[in-house]
Amino acid sequence: MIRVQREDFDVGAELERLTAGNHRIGGVASFIGLVRDMAGRDRVSALTLEHYPGMTERKLAEIEAEAHRRWPLDAALVIHRYGRLEPGDQIVLVATASPHREAALAACHFLIDWLKTEAPFWKSESTPAGERWVEARAEDDAAQERWTPSLEV
Amino acid sequence: MKLLYFAWLRTRVGCAEEEVALPPQVHDVAGLLDWLRARSDRHAEALRNLGLVRVAVNQDYVGLTHPVREGDEVALFPPVTGG
Repeated sequence: MIRVQREDFDVGAELERLTAGNHRIGGVASFIGLVRDMAGRDRVSALTLEHYPGMTERKLAEIEAEAHRRWPLDAALVIHRYGRLEPGDQIVLVATASPHREAALAACHFLIDWLKTEAPFWKSESTPAGERWVEARAEDDAAQERWTPSLEV
Repeated sequence: MKLLYFAWLRTRVGCAEEEVALPPQVHDVAGLLDWLRARSDRHAEALRNLGLVRVAVNQDYVGLTHPVREGDEVALFPPVTGG
């Protein structure tokens, strides 16, 4: 399941819903991305996330489907927020559930790595020097490539 | 054709979206980008370094040789930075 929303989310409630009624599940892995208060040496007072409505949902759904193809998952959830966020705020939740931990952990890692290079979101930081667009990081591409071959894009 | 711009491409071009009539000589993404750069100084400046521009046609990532047609939704944006 994927959701793109402005509102915050409750991790506990989301994880409970993800596994509710399915007692085959033996492990749940999750990743929560938060807004940092520093970017390099600059203090960040806010982060504004822009996205491409329509394509965002489509790419997230493709990535989720790919995770289900690669691992025996009972459930997967991706929630990504947009709009203005402040340090400490939650940005993204990825959670995966499976009978055993290996699939849940690997699929969760895969989902966040792919999401970072495929889902059309852009961050703008508010710093004392003004507002600026965050640049893509080569490390994120490298992290994604670890999971190739295969997702056709 | 509907053109969409995001992030700094939006601010440099000066609009989030524009409707354009595709000229007959434009058949692919590379041709569209050439034509757009000749449209205004703002377009030329925003599209100066194509290494920083990603293109989606009808919400799928495509390369420079991908065909474009009247009625397509074409989005231009910088490398993504979500997560």
